[in-house]
Amino acid sequence: MKKNIIRPYGDTSNDGKMQFSFSLPVSADERGKEAARQLLLQMGVDEIDVCSVRDLKEGYTHFIAYGTTSAVVDISKIKVKTVDTDVMSMEETDEYIKENLGKIITVVGACIESDAHTVGIDAIMNMKGYNHRYGLERYQGFNAINLGAQVPCEELLKKAREEKADAILVSQVVTQKNIHIKNLTRLIELAEAEGLRDKMLFICGGPRLSHELAIELGYDAGFGTGSYATDVASYIAITLFEQSHK
Amino acid sequence: MLRLDLNADLVQRARASASKIADSFSWLFEDYSSVSIERTVLRLMGIDGALKDGEPLPNVVCDHLKSKQALNRGASWFVANAMHNTGLSAQEVAEKVGSGELDLTALPVKDNSRVLAILDKVSTDALAHITKQRKHRDAQFEEYGARRIPAIYVIVATGNIYEDVVQAKAAAREGADIIAVIRSTAQSLLDYVPYGATTVGFGGTYATQENFRIMRAGLDEVSQEIKRYISLTNYASGLCMPEIAAMGALERLDLMLNDAMYGILFRDINPKRTLLDQYFSRMINAYAGIEIQTGEDNYLTTSDAIEKAYTVTASQLINEQFAYKSGIKPQKMGLGHAHEIDPELENSFTFELAHALLTKELFPDAPVKYMPPTKFASGNVFKTHLMDAMFNFIGQLTGQGVQLLGMMTEAIHTPHLADRSLAIENAQYLFKAVKDLNANLCLAPGSFINERANSVLAEATSFLEAVAEEGLLKAMARGDFADIKRPENGGKGLEGVFLKDSSYINPFLIKFKTELELQ
Repeated sequence: MKKNIIRPYGDTSNDGKMQFSFSLPVSADERGKEAARQLLLQMGVDEIDVCSVRDLKEGYTHFIAYGTTSAVVDISKIKVKTVDTDVMSMEETDEYIKENLGKIITVVGACIESDAHTVGIDAIMNMKGYNHRYGLERYQGFNAINLGAQVPCEELLKKAREEKADAILVSQVVTQKNIHIKNLTRLIELAEAEGLRDKMLFICGGPRLSHELAIELGYDAGFGTGSYATDVASYIAITLFEQSHK
Repeated sequence: MLRLDLNADLVQRARASASKIADSFSWLFEDYSSVSIERTVLRLMGIDGALKDGEPLPNVVCDHLKSKQALNRGASWFVANAMHNTGLSAQEVAEKVGSGELDLTALPVKDNSRVLAILDKVSTDALAHITKQRKHRDAQFEEYGARRIPAIYVIVATGNIYEDVVQAKAAAREGADIIAVIRSTAQSLLDYVPYGATTVGFGGTYATQENFRIMRAGLDEVSQEIKRYISLTNYASGLCMPEIAAMGALERLDLMLNDAMYGILFRDINPKRTLLDQYFSRMINAYAGIEIQTGEDNYLTTSDAIEKAYTVTASQLINEQFAYKSGIKPQKMGLGHAHEIDPELENSFTFELAHALLTKELFPDAPVKYMPPTKFASGNVFKTHLMDAMFNFIGQLTGQGVQLLGMMTEAIHTPHLADRSLAIENAQYLFKAVKDLNANLCLAPGSFINERANSVLAEATSFLEAVAEEGLLKAMARGDFADIKRPENGGKGLEGVFLKDSSYINPFLIKFKTELELQ
């Protein structure tokens, strides 16, 4: 096989070994095990070994299985969207803003609609930040306004308009039944209807969000797990500067 | 035996300060009531149901009286007066108010002693039902045996109560002792309790009385089958703290989240509203024999678990003193703490052990609620599963009352059926493996664990002394708790707090005070 064509690696190159873990509404017996095997077969998995059958009670069973796949990926053809601005420290970002933008950047943030989990927005915006990275409130170059939990989209946009915000930060932690997609879409639609979409950067973040998904939903950028205030601040500062020089 | 040598002087000083903090609210507890307390009274009088647009009848009656500036006398008196005038039941009176046929303030006062007699009868009946539920629970534990220590606590949260029942039953059969139905994420800020069975929610299932009843029935069924009483819990928190406590008492929930300060700090509910509501709601919990659980874990989900460990201890002590004020006994105080230290830190387990022992020894009779790692749980489910095992190890080793099981998929989604089953398997393995280990161990003289526990205690003590000196409301306004500033008159729900008239009556408050010996 060519070097750019790859398969999963178990213990030998291109052996295609994969691990599976899933539950089915079947009893924990030979019949259930066969159901698991057939499911994997239909997925194109070969050499199936259903190695654990655990009774979950109430007619459900959990299976752990191994198998091989013949699927391949050509890594030379992969393109992903990532936030590719440089990441600067808080001091560097403040300096960058002073030199290049000559103004204080206003950011309005919130957990929108039904979401009450402020862990993410607080980690990025609040003074203390998270894991030894201070939040935007601590930056000299930022005026950070954190509206907190369960903020209706309308209210967030109203505040952003009043404050003449340069960027809106939205956090979505709860993702059950794809509620985060619905909420984020609603915000963008309202922003477009109110003519605000192009007046500021729209940035979203959360454990189940990626830059790619954010772009797809009409945002400028998305930040997932492992992102810090330094990432977000650098992105905003650099992007605002670049936009002003287009 | 692992035993700390805690500085007794610090323990005494810390408790004295916490007690002073709780004592300083008698003006609020004696002179004020809230819309949520009045709606609770109406619910306990038997008023339930909702108008066609979904507005619950307790809200309808309460808002009606508020619009007539009559609420200061207490909602119960007006309903009882209407019952006397019309011969209708409390429910029928509420329905007539809902349809606009009845103005509660326009009725004559024919015989106040008859009105009071009606209130006495109605409240006696409600309390008899709650007592019956309490006795039923006691009898079940008597028959099937007491809850294991630590008890296995798992969460269901599908949004659909019927689906929740299936998952809860499965978990019970696998070994769960306590089932928590996580609430829909938007509920804590609703100033009403939705009505009826619900099948759609986000991040959880709405707490409604009908949902409570459906889940309790499901768990009763499975309890009988597996000969183990399965406890049910929900959240008496948010803007409807006492109403949900009442629903829990009526439908025989066994535990309830009830934190004196959580709503203020983490949901931005007005401080006076929350403190007042928790006071009455905890009386209901106490009367119903419901074990309360507090939310100290929240202090550590954003702050550093080592640096801010003392905030957990301080909050536990404050929660304890407020609980005493409402008649809750130490055996029913599930004070909270959490296993949230960065696993990358050297000796993280040693720190956790020190903190867990401190909680256990400060509150030896309390069924402490121990929360799992969440902050450092990640998409690496294998690592998270291992962290949960270490957490289970400490839970059993230090004899925590309730182990809120961590899920390997904590950081990804609400637990799948198999995730929950694996979590129970993990806990059962560790609990069995280290069952009697503690009896074989002791701390080395001058141990780090002992020093660490005492230093957290010392920090908590000076913090509590400063708060007691300044006053809790001022301290919260300044951001002393969880680095969040909560001014006395800020936050949601202050408009629902009002001064009581001299003619105010709440028959339940009077009876609770007598029966819980709070006079």
